[in-house]
Amino acid sequence: MSTIFEWEQPLVELEEKIQELRSFITEQGIDFSNELSELEKRAEKLRTEIYERLTPWQKVRMARHPERPTTLDYLELVFDDFIELHGDRTYADDQAIVGGIAGFLGEPVTVIGVQKGRDTKENIARNFGLPHPEGYRKALRLMKQAEKFGRPIITLIDVVGAYPGIEAEQRGQGLVIAECIEQMSFLRTPIVCIITGEGGSGGALAIGVGDRILMLEHAWYSVISPEMCANILWKDSSRAAEAANLLKIMPTDLLKFGIIDDVITEPIGGAHRDHQATARQLKAFIQRSLSELKKLPLDQVVDNRLQRFRNIGKFTEKVYQEQVVEKLTDSDQMLPEQNENGDGE
Amino acid sequence: MLRVFRSKPKYATVRSTIPASQFDDEQTAVKKEIPDNLWIRCENCASVLYSKECSKAKGICSKCGYHFRISALERLNIIADENSFKPFPPLVAVNPLDFPGYEEKITNAQQTTKLDDAILIGEARIDGHLCVLGIIDFSFIGGSMGSVVGEQLTRGFEYGIQKQIPVVIFSGGGGGARMQEGIFSLMQMAKTAQAVGKFKQAGLLYISVLTHPTMGGVYASFASLGDIILAEPKALIGFAGPRIVEETTRQKLPEGFQTAEYALQNGMIDKIVNRNEMKETIAKLLSFHL
Repeated sequence: MSTIFEWEQPLVELEEKIQELRSFITEQGIDFSNELSELEKRAEKLRTEIYERLTPWQKVRMARHPERPTTLDYLELVFDDFIELHGDRTYADDQAIVGGIAGFLGEPVTVIGVQKGRDTKENIARNFGLPHPEGYRKALRLMKQAEKFGRPIITLIDVVGAYPGIEAEQRGQGLVIAECIEQMSFLRTPIVCIITGEGGSGGALAIGVGDRILMLEHAWYSVISPEMCANILWKDSSRAAEAANLLKIMPTDLLKFGIIDDVITEPIGGAHRDHQATARQLKAFIQRSLSELKKLPLDQVVDNRLQRFRNIGKFTEKVYQEQVVEKLTDSDQMLPEQNENGDGE
Repeated sequence: MLRVFRSKPKYATVRSTIPASQFDDEQTAVKKEIPDNLWIRCENCASVLYSKECSKAKGICSKCGYHFRISALERLNIIADENSFKPFPPLVAVNPLDFPGYEEKITNAQQTTKLDDAILIGEARIDGHLCVLGIIDFSFIGGSMGSVVGEQLTRGFEYGIQKQIPVVIFSGGGGGARMQEGIFSLMQMAKTAQAVGKFKQAGLLYISVLTHPTMGGVYASFASLGDIILAEPKALIGFAGPRIVEETTRQKLPEGFQTAEYALQNGMIDKIVNRNEMKETIAKLLSFHL
């Protein structure tokens, strides 16, 4: 493994020791099997300890692991015969978002996902997985195409955020995200969204409005990246770890809040340790989600989707309105009258 | 007000709101320094203006025509017919993430703005035309959208459908989504965008007015989904804040980047309307959609 996190160091050292002992046993033919099994037990315990107790910031770093499977990896491992479709028909083809048609257990589906690069060259071509407006326009075009042909939509989300660039702003980054969110909400086809790595803000939500919203175990989803949050709170993005604690961005938090439907378990040590195993898990969850959704009439699917988002929000009805109104009246203000029929529900 | 602004110095501007003397009770008057109350410096031309006069002129600089940020209540006075506004039942924010200091932030903002949250919304008449009128107030935690703003806007569009009347929303929220409410504030983008979608499907008119500044999650949801999008002159409009864009791209930002004029030139808004003509323009548009 080329990238090893500091909290994995004790485990890696132990694993190396086990490896040494193994080769020693083979070379010398001395029986150390008791010692070996003892070490392996310790390693197992350490593994559980380390990966079950990851802090939010450690999870963010796991989600950014350079060898973590990307959308194209999943397209290879989970789906069959992927045919990539390019371009937004208006301006360009944004390589930070890939999309197209693929087979899933013998049935055509539309897959759309954010694509990060593996190396510098690829990352430059993919703009580090930071989409421009044309990427979102392409996604929307392909989603509408899926609706037309009755194909379910699977979106794979791994994005820190929509690209904050001059040209992106010029071409309407905010506007196109809004359009994606709005139109995705009403699409008459089942939608399964999976946050496979990073779920950063509007850039993630733009392809994240669905009937099932799932997250991999070491993924995060938030209104703002921990770095930017730290920057706003303390003008110091190096305090991102603290910000990550405050923002409640872990899959377990979001499951508790009712924002996501399920957490997809990763192989011990993270998805990057075993792409195949991760893909198998992903496949099982997609299969289950789609088969559940297909049992419902389409009207119901769309209604449920709308209702789900309609109900998100935490607030209380206020009781002390009168006092405020009086105060304003005293200061001789044109005044909000007492409400008679303001409630829209 | 100023404290909030200083803690989030996203834009290069110095002073934010006109001290709305008519809304000041004794408490806030004492807190404010005297020069703040009497004089105000124009962010655009640096002229020193007598703040009462500027307030009377709807917050427009008499020297250069710059539009100062005004409070939701001040804007209500400018836009709605007298005594026509009936607010929706008030909602109050909770602290869903137990974000440190959020309750105090809310309480402070409530005290300074006299609002329950960052939006003033209800039924109103504009030149006799009945509509839902929503106004976001920047002075309330940067006019950011949390659960309360999202719910009130959604209720606004639902009420519009129920009563078959148009919706007019003035957006002005620097931070966009309200960070302290985390994922809940992000989800308000979806909730409000869907509310707009349903409203439009009912064949009703939604006029979105972008005032300084409309950014982030507010811009990337309900604010940019209007059938007609108007903006005040020089209003900052965009998704990513200019500082973030500059830091990320390491490029010099073009002259007038993310202003209303820039958005108009790039085809993102329908029209720039001076505050003095705003009511008239909206009324005209409403009359075209009877």
